[in-house]
Amino acid sequence: MDLFEYQGKQYFARYDIPVSPGDVAYTVDEAVAAAEAAGYPVVVKAQVQVGGRGKAGGIKLADNADEVRTHAGNILGMDIKGHLVKRVWVEHASDIAKEYYASFSLDRAAKKHLLMLSAEGGVEIEQVAKDNPDAIVMLHIDPVDGLTKDAALKATKDAKIDAEAVDGVADMLVKLYRCFTEGDCDLAEINPLILRPDGGVHALDAKVSLDNNAAYRHPEWDEFRKTEELDDREQLARQHDLQYISLDGTVGIIANGAGLAMSTLDVVNQVGGTAANFLDIGGGANADMMAAALGVINSDENVKSIFINIFGGITRGEEVAKGIVEALGRVDLRAPIVIRLDGTNAEEGRQILADAGISADRLISKPTMLEAARAAVAIANGKDA
Amino acid sequence: MAIFVNADTKVIVQGLTGGQGKYHGLRNRDYGTQVVAGVTPGKGGTDVEGIPVFNSVAEAVEATGATASFVAVPPKAAAAAILEAAKAGISFIVCITEGIPAQDEAKVFNTLLRDYPNTRLLGPNCPGIISPGKCNIGITAGEIAQEPTAAGPNVGIVSRSGTLTYQALYELKQRGIGVSTCVGIGGDPVPGTNFIDCLKEFQNDPETHAIIMIGEIGGSAEEEAAEFIKANVTKPMSAYIAGVTAPEGKKMGHAGAITSGGKGTAKGKMDALAAAGVKIGLNPTEAGDLMAEIVKSL
Repeated sequence: MDLFEYQGKQYFARYDIPVSPGDVAYTVDEAVAAAEAAGYPVVVKAQVQVGGRGKAGGIKLADNADEVRTHAGNILGMDIKGHLVKRVWVEHASDIAKEYYASFSLDRAAKKHLLMLSAEGGVEIEQVAKDNPDAIVMLHIDPVDGLTKDAALKATKDAKIDAEAVDGVADMLVKLYRCFTEGDCDLAEINPLILRPDGGVHALDAKVSLDNNAAYRHPEWDEFRKTEELDDREQLARQHDLQYISLDGTVGIIANGAGLAMSTLDVVNQVGGTAANFLDIGGGANADMMAAALGVINSDENVKSIFINIFGGITRGEEVAKGIVEALGRVDLRAPIVIRLDGTNAEEGRQILADAGISADRLISKPTMLEAARAAVAIANGKDA
Repeated sequence: MAIFVNADTKVIVQGLTGGQGKYHGLRNRDYGTQVVAGVTPGKGGTDVEGIPVFNSVAEAVEATGATASFVAVPPKAAAAAILEAAKAGISFIVCITEGIPAQDEAKVFNTLLRDYPNTRLLGPNCPGIISPGKCNIGITAGEIAQEPTAAGPNVGIVSRSGTLTYQALYELKQRGIGVSTCVGIGGDPVPGTNFIDCLKEFQNDPETHAIIMIGEIGGSAEEEAAEFIKANVTKPMSAYIAGVTAPEGKKMGHAGAITSGGKGTAKGKMDALAAAGVKIGLNPTEAGDLMAEIVKSL
């Protein structure tokens, strides 16, 4: 789960990482109130999960309430690269002497934690990596040992952080590492991490991505979940524990297992179709889950055919078949189903479908993944299966 | 021969008294696997359909001489269960648990590396391992796996995805091609066993004559495997990479299946493997067809 900047800053604050005083605002009036509380001058920042906010006019400085009104009025409702701005973060504007970059993530190849630290912050780190790779210090950290203050100090010096900021930045790194590990982040990034003229350091931005697998030990994440920008179908899928990602094609996809679901998208694409979604009904999917999955797909107006691709391991063919029959009884599906059913109890499943008396133009069974994909794509493209 | 396990492998099931552990543990035993004990704290002294249950892995190992463990416990308990098995001297641990926090996984991996260098972890979030006719640890339906023949040629399978592992087994069975061992390494960001570990074993396994590899988007494990193949693998290979059409920046079901910043894409992985001499199928069936051609030529 990716957090908005303001949520990232709230999360940082839990780990004593200093951030600018500020508040989130959903309306112009709230923005003014937040500005009054933070103290002028303030920065009004669009809260969207996409880069390039500044260039798009989504970050503005304001010296008084009138300016806050103008800027917040313009920014709220703005479209930034397809992201609608629903809220702004208003914080006290900081005097900046220097901008640095710091992040912790997992290096999958090395299987260690990775600190990236640079004295060249405030720009995209990918750009620094390209133009001046030596300006980035990369330090691998063994998750068993963790990050010591000494190691943080050394990294800070190696990155040529200004002498007056070394202590502050090293301290910040130790705190950010704690946030990354104990806070179960996939990514914890500060860009820019600023040095102020008064010698203090703090986080001027926050990019935090949380590991959903760890949600069970973080009740405080519930608050973040409320603002997750899921469409209605994604919401519905989540209620039923279905792994669903909305796409913009015309063939609805239901498969068991993430790999097979991905593969199903690929095959549909390969034979000239486009997938409307990714949907993994999971390992032990039963009739209820299949009915729920069909419900989710059915609410997508773009869907012209539904491709159910099941290879039974734990999932049993007869359960899948029962789910389809049940769903057809419950909802009026907008599109015909093409099914490929193989593996555990596939025979029984096919029999259940055959006995259910479903008309041949509503349910088409194909023996292989490729043939099923061809049929589903043909229907979606307005041809005969 | 087979890799990692064989007909003599004695297996304990951690979580045998739970739903998943019981269902799959008993299926593994029915397949012919030597499932010698279960472990559930507090349930020592009981049994599950004749399989004795112990309170700890150490007690189970002491009583049965088991060398492998099948970890089928919930995400909260999985990290501790894996380390308990390693500490008790288990040398091969299969963990099917999905949903273990990445921080726990990274810690377990590095703890094993440092303190238990002779212990191999397969998974987490994997379907397990099957050497057809000899041993099946995990959730694979044994009947879809074709037994290898003494004369060969037989194929080794290594895969990051569960259902695509079954698909690969099935594709080979349809064509009557025997499988030496099929290893599902799992879809998490920090797998205990990676492609290279398996390729190394397959290369050295006299019963394996060719190898199918199934990867997916995210990370760089396939690219690293390609480097290894170029330098070390002489057996012919075919491969399939899932997720050609996956949108950037979305986790496609598996925690590890995500592309970012143009990295970890299916195309990059296919190109790397093709450059290493691996035949690339654009879907699982095509990878199976390519393998059938390879096998015919052996």
